[in-house]
Amino acid sequence: MITKRIIPCLDVRDGRVVKGKNFLGLQDVDSPVELARFYSKAGADELVFYDITASAEGRAIFTDILCEAASQVFIPLTVGGGINTAADFERVLNCGADKVSVNSGAIRNPSLVKEAARLYGDQCVVLSVDIKRVDGVLRVFAKGGRENTGMEAIEWIRRCVGEGAGEVVVNSIDTDGVKKGFDLEMLEAVCNAVRVPVIASGGAGCIQDFITLFKTLPKVDAGLAASIFHFGEVKIEDLKKEMAANQIPTRI
Amino acid sequence: MIAIIDYGVGNLFSLKCSIQAVGQEAVVSSDRHVIEQADKILLPGVGAFEDAAAKLRGSGLADVVKEQAGQGKPLLGICLGMQLLLEKSYEYGEHEGLGLIRGAVRPIKDVIPDGFKIPHIGWNALLFRKPSKLYRYVREGEHVYFVHSYYAADCDSAVTAVSEYGADLTASIEEDNVFGCQFHPEKSGDVGLKILKAFCEL
Repeated sequence: MITKRIIPCLDVRDGRVVKGKNFLGLQDVDSPVELARFYSKAGADELVFYDITASAEGRAIFTDILCEAASQVFIPLTVGGGINTAADFERVLNCGADKVSVNSGAIRNPSLVKEAARLYGDQCVVLSVDIKRVDGVLRVFAKGGRENTGMEAIEWIRRCVGEGAGEVVVNSIDTDGVKKGFDLEMLEAVCNAVRVPVIASGGAGCIQDFITLFKTLPKVDAGLAASIFHFGEVKIEDLKKEMAANQIPTRI
Repeated sequence: MIAIIDYGVGNLFSLKCSIQAVGQEAVVSSDRHVIEQADKILLPGVGAFEDAAAKLRGSGLADVVKEQAGQGKPLLGICLGMQLLLEKSYEYGEHEGLGLIRGAVRPIKDVIPDGFKIPHIGWNALLFRKPSKLYRYVREGEHVYFVHSYYAADCDSAVTAVSEYGADLTASIEEDNVFGCQFHPEKSGDVGLKILKAFCEL
C-alpha cells in the first residue's frame, strides 16, 4: 500500500536554512546538508529545498549545496525557488534534484509547465501555489505570498495540471505559521478538482494536525512543514509512529 | 567497476553517488570499451519508452548491453531501464524493447480501480514473489520509492516482487544475470542502498 509522505521543507538563503512566520521575519536554523542528512535518517520521505536567494552568487552557492546534499542523501529531492525557465529545470536536475517546483515562474511564464513537462516528464513538474482567501474567494498569490494575482486558485491548479503538472503543493497563506492545523477546507477543494497527488502545506503545529489531515482527507498524499521540524517541536520519528498507530499507511 | 549506461536519458548524478555510497566505483559512460571492461552494468532511464528505446538503439548501446548480458555479465535496469529489458511496450503505440526478459509494458490505469492516482508515486512496500539475491539484505514489507504510469506485465515467473496499488504491480524482475527494478533504489534510502549493495556483490 502506498504510504502518506512526510516532507520537511528547507528554505535556503545564502547557504543557510531559514524559515519565516507568514513568510517574514527570517531566522537562521542550520546547514542545509546537515539538516537533509538528519531528516533522511529520521525517516523523512522526501525533502524540499527552496531557494529564496535573490543574487546570482547566492544561486551558485545553492546549487553547490544541492549537489552536496544529493551525493549524501538518497531520498527524493524537490527543488523550488527561482525557477522561471526550462534552463532553470536543467540547472537543478543536473545537481541531483528529482522534481522541480514552480510557483511565480509559472504565473509569469504561462508556457513553463507545459514545456517542462514535455522535456522532463509530468512526474518532474510540481506546481506550488500560495493561496489566500480574499472576500471568500481562493486567490493565487505570487512573489512569496506578497502579491494578489487575482486568479481563482482552483481554476489555476486545474489548468496547470492539464498542462502537465504532476503534483500540487497547496500552501495556505491563511494558516501558514499559525500552527493551528492545515487548511482542510482549501485542501478538500483542490483534492476534488484534480487527480494528481496533493501535498498539504501551511499550518501544522503538532503531530495531531497531521493525523487530522490524513484522517479527514484521505485523498491528500503528503504533509509538508518546515519550522516545527527544524525546531524539534515535531520529531519525524514520533510523528510517523503516531500515524502508524492511527492506521495511516506510513513508512517506518 | 560498475558502468552506468549514458544514452542521453535523464540525470545520472544520484545513481552514481548511490553506487559510490555502497563503496563501489561507478563510471557513467557511453563508451563501448568502458562498458565491456565493467564488472556490472546499470541501465537507467526516465521519460517515454519510445524515445529512450530509440536513443539506446541509435547510440549503438542497445547491442552492447545485449551482448554483455548474453555473456553473463550482471545487468540491472532501473525504472524505465527495467521496462526496456522487456519484449515490447504499449506506451503510446507499440514499441520493441531489448527482449532480455519476457513481458510487455502496459498502462497502470488498465488494471487499477478508479480513485487511484496516476502516476503511482511514492513509497510502497515490497511483497516478495520468489527469492532474489537482490533482496538478501532486505525484509519483505520494507518500502521503496516508485514513480511510474506504466508497469511490467506478462512477466510470469520472472517477477521477484510486487507492490500493491489497487492491483499487484511488478516491482522487480529477474532472469539469470538480468535484473530489473521498477522502483528507484538510488532514491529509496537505506533499503535502496542495500539492494544496490547486493547487486554490486553478485
